[in-house]
Amino acid sequence: MANVLVFAETRNGEVRKIGLEVVTAGRKLADASGGGEVHALLAGPVGIGSHAAVLGAHGADVVIVVESADYTQFARESLAATVADRVRAGGYRAVLLGFSAQGRDLGPRVAARLDAPITTDVTDFSVSGDSISVKHPGYANKVNMTLVITGSPVVISVRPAAFTATESPKAGRVETAQAAAPTGATVKVTEVKEGAKGRPDLGEASIIISGGRGLKAAENFKLIEDLADAFGNAAVGATRAVTDDGWRPHSDQIGQTGRQVSPQLYVAVGISGAIQHLAGMRSSRTIVAINKDKEAPIFKVADYGIVGDVLEVIPALTAAVTEARKGH
Amino acid sequence: MKIAVCIKRTPDSESRFKIAASGAAIDETGLKFDIDDFAGYAVEAALQLNEKAGGGETVVIALGPDNVQESLRKAMSMGADRAVHLKADASPPDGIAVAKALAAELKGGGYDLVLFGKHAFDTSAGVVGTATAELLGVPCVTAASQLSVVGGKVIARRELEGAAEMVECPLPAVVTIDEGVARPRYPSLKGIMAAKKKPLESKSAQLGPIRVTASKAELPPDRPAGRILGEGIAAIPELVRLLQTEAKVI
Ligand SMILES: Cc1cc2nc3c(=O)[nH]c(=O)nc-3n(C[C@H](O)[C@H](O)[C@H](O)COP(=O)(O)OP(=O)(O)OC[C@H]3O[C@@H](n4cnc5c(N)ncnc54)[C@H](O)[C@@H]3O)c2cc1C
Ligand SMILES: Nc1ncnc2c1ncn2[C@@H]1O[C@H](COP(=O)(O)O)[C@@H](O)[C@H]1O
Repeated sequence: MANVLVFAETRNGEVRKIGLEVVTAGRKLADASGGGEVHALLAGPVGIGSHAAVLGAHGADVVIVVESADYTQFARESLAATVADRVRAGGYRAVLLGFSAQGRDLGPRVAARLDAPITTDVTDFSVSGDSISVKHPGYANKVNMTLVITGSPVVISVRPAAFTATESPKAGRVETAQAAAPTGATVKVTEVKEGAKGRPDLGEASIIISGGRGLKAAENFKLIEDLADAFGNAAVGATRAVTDDGWRPHSDQIGQTGRQVSPQLYVAVGISGAIQHLAGMRSSRTIVAINKDKEAPIFKVADYGIVGDVLEVIPALTAAVTEARKGH
Repeated sequence: MKIAVCIKRTPDSESRFKIAASGAAIDETGLKFDIDDFAGYAVEAALQLNEKAGGGETVVIALGPDNVQESLRKAMSMGADRAVHLKADASPPDGIAVAKALAAELKGGGYDLVLFGKHAFDTSAGVVGTATAELLGVPCVTAASQLSVVGGKVIARRELEGAAEMVECPLPAVVTIDEGVARPRYPSLKGIMAAKKKPLESKSAQLGPIRVTASKAELPPDRPAGRILGEGIAAIPELVRLLQTEAKVI
């Protein structure tokens, strides 16, 4: 039996989707370790404790609420110190986080502070005795690795959407703890720039419309936006060629050195399908490609391809999708 | 500024991979190797920061077997001043162990800034830079997509999901480099010649216990061969039909 501490990530006073996924992953790890408890750390600005119930509903036996005025922004050093303090005090077998912007930052900090081994971007795991085997796509998703991590405690971060947040009601007994004060110099947030409203994040979107250099000019991304709107709640992505040219921000880049996504539907518009782009999207469930060159490598991975000029095909596709979705 | 950049030697990201006979690693025969992508951006960022400041020193550090010296020479041919090779049989998948060895080397080195890649291509882990910063006890900006140093302060941008944050911290500091900061220059012929004479120090790495090991490596299943539905707008009705009936996304 071994207890697991999960970091229930919040932003802007809300629990993030990955936060619930990590609770589900923690439940799985605790159950596989002989039925330990899941303790969820819910840290955020004053008032964040009001979200404790949803963590209990997803399988947290205990919710440790840490409220601090400093947590209106991402106070990385304090959060890392707080998590590490809880692990030392609680004797946990493992700490789970999300492999998100926050979790990528915090995981190695917590591991270094605890001198604990860490594996990141994990899609699944199994426990056998003293060691935990994790699945982790390495080489930019080109080689699936199984890593064995030994010792206790260990730090594991899980890939967003690898675990589906599932209700599994537990007591969710609320405890409170203090935010740890960081020692030494810290990173200060001077500004948060919110992105375009009304579009889901690339990592969470079930549909992504992505544009490449074949769109010819920045203003033609309007066609991509329109198609995304026609599908409803779709996100917009881009290739590095496009982000390098400043047509879109780097945060929209999909691929080996950009975001790694696997939506239900990925529509590649005017994208050649370079190996570094494929590294970020080839695990999408359905891939559609529109390209004027029938030899473009993107067609090798596309379930459905249309050979044609995107400037002509996309507006017509937008109209057809809008029509097909009437009544939704 | 005195800047250190930790670089890893990894297979070229365009490679087609095969699994080694052990079943737990890739088969390295015939693969091209280079500085890992994000660490290459970091080398370029360091060179540009010192060029802008009109002076300073850029030191590159790599842990691994003797062949990492190729990557160190390449970084020096781009413009780094000297190199340190931390000898080990391999760079293990245990990021904390690697961080300990790098921190031992960096500690007391008097560096104003230490740069890393956001993650290495092979491990795709994103552990070593941040963990090294923690071990050194200096602030760390992770995954910077913009970076400048002004008046003894690091000013950077980080991409979040659907947002970005502007951050700052005092030097000395560690920054891990994301897409957006810099693209590595190509070494000039003059740079390649000069690099041959630049100092490269080699010593053994202090890795400590290895607690993360690879037990299996597998290639992901191939996608079923794609199909082209047709040409131009004439193919749209069929596409929409398939998205409704087969893919079930409309
Ligand atoms: C280290 C490294 C990392 C990289 N990381 C990434 C990454 O993370 N993500 C990424 O995307 N790339 C990455 N790249 C770059 C990658 O190699 C390609 O250069 C890039 O993906 C190409 O983008 P593209 O498809 O938009 O442009 P292109 O390759 O120029 O393709 C444009 C396509 O549009 C088609 N086209 C042109 N006009 C039309 C039209 N009117 N109608 C229809 N089709 C048209 C063309 O036939 C062509 O296939 C990386 C490269 C390196 C070296
Ligand atoms: N063996 C190594 N030698 C030098 N630097 C390394 C080594 N391994 C990792 N790094 C650095 O740490 C970054 C992140 O690596 P990782 O944590 O493995 O994803 C890399 O981009 C390099 O900058």
